Amino acid sequence: MSENEPLLSVRNVEKHFPVTAGLFKKQVAAVKAVDGISFDVFKGETLGLVGESGCGKSTTGRLVTRLLEPTGGSVEFEGRDITHLSQGKLRPLRRDMQMIFQDPYSSLNPRHTVGAIVGAPFRIQGVRTENGVKKAVQDILALVGLNPEHYNRYPHEFSGGQRQRIGIARTLALKPKLIIADEPVSALDVSIQAQVVNLLEDLQKELDLTYVVIAHDLSVVRHISDRVAVMYLGKIVEIADRKRLYSSPMHPYTNALLSAVPVPDPKARKERERIRLKGDVPSPLNPPPACRFHTRCWKAQEICKTVEPPLETLASGHSVACHFPENAPVAAATAGEAGKD
Amino acid sequence: MSFLDVKDLKIHFPTDDGVVKSVDGLTFGLERGQTLGIVGESGSGKSVTSLGILGLHKGGRAKISGEIWLDGEELVSAPAEQVRGLRGKKMAMIFQDPLSSMHPYYTVGHQIIEAYRIHNAVSKQVARKHAVDLLGRVGIPEPGKRVDSYPHEFSGGMRQRAMIAMALSCDPELLIADEPTTALDVTVQAQILDLMRDLQREFNSALIIITHDLGVVAELADDILVMYGGKCVEYGKTDEIFYNPEHPYTWGLLGSMPRLDREPTERLLPIKGSPPSLINVPPGCAFHPRCPYADRTEGRASTEVPDLAPTERGHLVRCHMPRTERRSLWENEIKPVLETQ
Repeated sequence: MSENEPLLSVRNVEKHFPVTAGLFKKQVAAVKAVDGISFDVFKGETLGLVGESGCGKSTTGRLVTRLLEPTGGSVEFEGRDITHLSQGKLRPLRRDMQMIFQDPYSSLNPRHTVGAIVGAPFRIQGVRTENGVKKAVQDILALVGLNPEHYNRYPHEFSGGQRQRIGIARTLALKPKLIIADEPVSALDVSIQAQVVNLLEDLQKELDLTYVVIAHDLSVVRHISDRVAVMYLGKIVEIADRKRLYSSPMHPYTNALLSAVPVPDPKARKERERIRLKGDVPSPLNPPPACRFHTRCWKAQEICKTVEPPLETLASGHSVACHFPENAPVAAATAGEAGKD
Repeated sequence: MSFLDVKDLKIHFPTDDGVVKSVDGLTFGLERGQTLGIVGESGSGKSVTSLGILGLHKGGRAKISGEIWLDGEELVSAPAEQVRGLRGKKMAMIFQDPLSSMHPYYTVGHQIIEAYRIHNAVSKQVARKHAVDLLGRVGIPEPGKRVDSYPHEFSGGMRQRAMIAMALSCDPELLIADEPTTALDVTVQAQILDLMRDLQREFNSALIIITHDLGVVAELADDILVMYGGKCVEYGKTDEIFYNPEHPYTWGLLGSMPRLDREPTERLLPIKGSPPSLINVPPGCAFHPRCPYADRTEGRASTEVPDLAPTERGHLVRCHMPRTERRSLWENEIKPVLETQ
């Protein structure tokens, strides 16, 4: 981590997908997939983005890589506003910003060889390599732990873990600065997950990469991230460095998420106190007003239904959007006691 | 004899490329009111086992041998009609993906009523009332209204609840849940696991839960059976498997998982390589190409299939390493590393 300028800076970004009806495709509603989120990603760090399905975490990944165009707000990469750049102007940027996809089965073209898949970025970007594209591709294959002799093989000849390595090799081809990984290990077996997680960490050290890791698995995110942002229904509800977020989570939703993760320790199941959330995540088509979590929150009061809590940053660097945060810092607690006197 | 007794069950599929030995000599037992967790990676044969118990491979190309005794009835040699009579009533299954295992053209209520009326001579009205009761029991709000909804109108968690209601419609004595929560978010997963535990207690049924998630089995299971390459490699009480595992594969699984209940480590400890193809299961111990201790077996690892032998602590382990060596490896090398995690 560093104190310098953020590599990626996201401000109040929104993505509303229109819902149309009738002959003239009149817009009748909007799915507010991402509804005004802001965060920074600094050089060399890993930001984890967690949340349940439908919370907008994948949409966020696609917005910052400009695979989708935001309907509001701004995205800055290395200080340059890329929110509404045209495809042509975006192309040179794609070198610096790459994406790893979730499903290693559908994200590789089955009719292309590994050489063609990993070499495609060189051809598309017109990059000249010293000893030819083939040599460059083979170097990258070796880097991600694949045999360089697999150059002429097809994706179906590989296992899931190896395919994910091919996907990673492709993103690394042009030596990007920022990699957005959308559920990079969730489709893999447990023993293979660990291999890929270790690989991502090694590559980060070796190539000085910056990651945004999008995942629903809280334990994987804790392992890999320096800072973690928790999303709920298109909003960031809490963002903090890893240690603080997992040891003293402030937002009730984060608390509930953490306590819901089953722990592989049979004795702990009897001792552990669990927070049980009722119901499902509401539809982003019609999210609850004000604090979006109030319908499932056990601490909710009148104010939560009328006033939206802003994402406030505390002195500790911990940001939370809640009227009644848990584990509130000592300063607030003593103020409360002073009030009693 | 236990309520469910599986003896030397083999399920092989002849294909053009060779025989796929999905399940290769599996033996276990289960009493009423008890939960067995079957753990393994994809392709380890855990789902094929559950379909085999339900008799769903009958009439297909599978070659099944061995014995399955359910409450005194032998199922492998029984005619398909007899097993069909048991399915739904005596034994039932909760499938992983509720969207693809429910019929999209029929209402949820219709599908529950259908199963109930096959096994019980009751009028449609009575069956409908039963369906509404069940939906209420599994925690679906407004069951009287929801009984007429189609599967697509339910959220993922509600569909899984409806699947559970369907499986429970005839009070089955044996319930098999194949990855019941894999497709769900963690907060919903916690709700479903609670529900399954409560319902099992209430009906005193035998439950087999199939999963790759050691956290889920730690929550629910009394016994755990670890499968690798179609064979059981370790089988015993849940506490034994978690606190005194003796098979290197089980150690590998425990080391691969990032855990929320321990301090984060620098690195995960993955198992090298990937799971074997069931057509070409490695000779000898199927795990030996990935096992870090394969060289400690005096060459037997690659030639001889190890027996599933009892340990002094009473659980079964399939490993060539002498018992004393396994114990000392676990106590002195594996456990300390895992516990500092």
